[in-house]
This record gives sequence, C-alpha cells and structure tokens, in this order.
Amino acid sequence: MIKFDNVSKAYKGDKYALKDINLDIKKGEFVFLVGSSGAGKSTFIKLLLKEESPTIGSIVINDIDTSQLSRRKIPKLRRSMGVVFQDFRLLPNKTVYENIAFAMEITGNKAKDIRRKVPTILSMVGLSDKAKSYPSELSGGEQQRVGIARAIINNPALLIADEPTGNLDPKNATEIMKLLKDINNRGTTVLVATHAKDQVDKMMQRVIALDHGRLVRDVERGLYNDAK
Amino acid sequence: MLNSIAYNISEGTKSLWRNRGMSIASIASVSASLFVLGIVLAIVLNINNFAIIAQKQFDNIQVFLVDEMQADDIARFKRKIENISGVSKVDFESKDMAMQKLKERWEDDAYLLDGLENPLQNSMIIELTDIRLADEVVGQIQDDAYIDSISYYKDVIDKMLTISRIISTAGLAIILLLSIVSLFIIANTIKIALYARKREINIMKYIGATNWFIRWPFIIEGMMLGFLGSAIALGAVYALYTFIFSKLGTETYSLIGGYLLPISTIFDNIAVIFASMGIGIGVLGSLVSLRRYLKV
Repeated sequence: MIKFDNVSKAYKGDKYALKDINLDIKKGEFVFLVGSSGAGKSTFIKLLLKEESPTIGSIVINDIDTSQLSRRKIPKLRRSMGVVFQDFRLLPNKTVYENIAFAMEITGNKAKDIRRKVPTILSMVGLSDKAKSYPSELSGGEQQRVGIARAIINNPALLIADEPTGNLDPKNATEIMKLLKDINNRGTTVLVATHAKDQVDKMMQRVIALDHGRLVRDVERGLYNDAK
Repeated sequence: MLNSIAYNISEGTKSLWRNRGMSIASIASVSASLFVLGIVLAIVLNINNFAIIAQKQFDNIQVFLVDEMQADDIARFKRKIENISGVSKVDFESKDMAMQKLKERWEDDAYLLDGLENPLQNSMIIELTDIRLADEVVGQIQDDAYIDSISYYKDVIDKMLTISRIISTAGLAIILLLSIVSLFIIANTIKIALYARKREINIMKYIGATNWFIRWPFIIEGMMLGFLGSAIALGAVYALYTFIFSKLGTETYSLIGGYLLPISTIFDNIAVIFASMGIGIGVLGSLVSLRRYLKV
C-alpha cells in the first residue's frame, strides 16, 4: 500500500526534516504515526499527499511511484486518499450535507449518486439529524465527524488523519478514534498522526515513532512510548 | 459535462456578486477602454468610407482658366489635354455654365446671385481613368500660361487618410493602455476572489479536484466581467453614435450627414470586436492571477 524506500527530505539545503526512512504499510492496516512537534510528522504527511517530494528516495503508493508522478496526475493520486485535519477545514457557508456532497461534486460524480450516497455516509458517522446544520452549529466532535465523512465519501483506499483529535476533549477524541477504527475495519488503510498518548495506548495498534526526522521505533500493537 | 458547466457558471456568478465593488471597477474599466475603441473605430471607419466615396465622386481634375483665353485657344488646349495618357474625357465648362450649376445647387437662395457680375471662371473638367494618375496629369499641364489654378481632390483625400491614420494610431495607443489597465484591474479582482476562496481551494486540492476544475470558475468570472464591460460599452457607443448621426443627419449639416455610415452597417462589426476583446481581456486577466497566485 505505502512503501518508503530510503526517503529523506531536506529543506533549505541540509536541514533534514526526515532522514533515511524505510517502512512498509500494508493494505488494511491501522497505523499511528507519533512524535513530538517538529519530529517530522507533518513532512511525512506532505510527502504522502505529494505536496512535497522527497529529496532522496522513493515513495510508492498503490504501486505508483509518486516521486516520479507528473503534476497533472496529482489529483488522481489524491482521490485515492481521504484526509482529515486537526482544524476540520469545513466550509462555513455550506451545510453538513453540502460539505460532504462538495467532495463528490468536485470529483465529478453524478447528482443522482450524490443524493444516494451522502445520507448513507451521514448515518454511518451518526449525523443523520444534522444534515441541514451549519458547521458553526456543531460541537468539535461533530465537526470532525463531518470531516471524516467528507474524507471517506469517495471510497479512498487510504485515510490520513493529521492530529484528528487535537482540538477535541477526551470523550470526543475517543469516539473519533473509534470511528476511524470502524472505517479501518471496513477495509480502509488508516494512518493517524498524533501525539495523543492516551488514545494511542488505548488502541494498541501499530505505532511508528519519529524523532528529529528519524524513524526510531516501529512496533505492532505498540504504545505511545516504549513499553518494556 | 453539462453539470460542470452549470457549476462553473454558478460559482463564477456567486464570486462576481460577492466582490461587487471590484467587479464594478473591472466592468467599468473594460467599458471605458472599449468605449474609446468604439469612438476611434467609428471615426476611422467613417473617414475611410468618406475617402472611398470621395475618390469615386471626385475622380476628376478641374483646371480653371484665365479669362483672356479665346475660343480657339480653348479648343487647342482641350485637344492637348485629351492626348495625355490617363485622361479619359475632357469637358469645357464656361463661367456661365458654372453659374447655372451654382444657382441650381443653391435652389431657393439662388436669387442672391442675381445681378451679381459672374465671379466664376471658365474651366476644363478632366476625367481620369484612375485617380492615382492625378499628380502625373497635373504635372504635364500645370505650366501652361492659360491656367489660373488647378483644383483636384487627391490632396484632400490624402490629407483625410493621413488624419485617419493618426487617429487610429493614437487611438490604438490609448486603447492598448486602457486595456492593460483593465487587465490589471481584472487580475486584481480575481486575486481577491482567489483569497476569498482560499480555504475552499485548499480543501478542493486535498480532495483531488483537478487544476482546471479549480481554475474554471475564476476564468468564467473573468469572462463575465469582460463580457459585461463590452456590453455596456456597446450600448454607450450605440447611443452616442445614433445621437450624433441624427444631429448631423438633419438638413443643416446634410453635407456631412450624407457621408456618415448608418449605425446598422458598422454595429455588427463593432459588437463582434467588443465581445471578443472584452472576453479576451477578462480571460487573460484571470489567467494572469491564477498563474501567479494559485499554486496547484
């Protein structure tokens, strides 16, 4: 699914944000990407989304070497992934329904399909009764559910969540993590970048830890910190 | 496909409305440039038209003769001119005939000429096979002692064509300048529209919208700005032209009025030029901004 082969990313010459990263994430995995701020999580996600290209090494996603990908093919790559943000990034002037439908509209889906699919996703994330609400009328947890619904509406093979619970209280955070795990159970590969120790420890999933741009730990069913 | 055209137009219109102030400025600047273009075009087209008519109507040379010339001198002179190449016909017009013509032209006011000693001169009217030969023909006869003066319209036509050239050159310079200003204002409007939708564009990129999908609404917006500007300019030029046409068309100015092109003969051309220039400026303006500010 995702393969980093000897990937380094340097900004401004020799300042490495990521150095010598090798890893392999298989289809259907649930992976936490942990590390303090500045450890390289953001760069890691930017490389996945092809916002940035690696200075050295290659990244293969779904059998496509993205370091060789032409700019014109980036949209197609991004359609194979859904992204969830810490700050939700919903459009304030659109309703919940419209925010989700938007993702289908801009990828050229038929109106008929949109009308059929949006309510299904809404019920899956438990927001059927909020379809007509605006983001400002929702709690943080609810807004993030909308964000997740928007990210998965186009059936991506990979769901990337960048600090999805960073702006939420523990109760909501737990629910969001549970939702992400549900999505993973339906076959979607999920990568969650976070430094929410409690959540990581509770979930007992694969943990990849970054520190100063280096991959320092990669364990199945791991904890946020080393558990010896 | 139809769906996405409708989407682009509706997004473009929404953005146009959201940024009313800048939209109005853009439309006004396009209108102003095209309005100037319209005036220049109207003047140049009319002068050129007049020059063509004048060339047809005045393809002759009138040679005024001194009064002392006798009948046999006149006949000899006439033969001499007839032998010059490029001359198709020579007619003698006596001063009496000239007076008669003048009276006919003045119609009701002709009585003013009664009792006046005829101030007009005998003349030869030379018709040419081609107006462009006028200078040569004049060159061959001008030294003749019997000639008082020679009047032909080539110099007048030349002068008019020169004026038309100056007007079109100056006009084009002004239009170019105004077009650049319009382009700049439209580019700025689109830049503001881009900033207003920064968040949306950012999300669209992550979801995998293609670059053109993101660009189209802005191009449509630029197009609409240009088109609306050209429509207003067209209306203004139409109104001004018909107003002037009706003023000059009245009998007082019938001399000029008769040569003016009616609006219907030039309207279609101006409309096509305006629409294509307006839309062109609009699209170009938005492309400039998209290129500079939309990193996709």
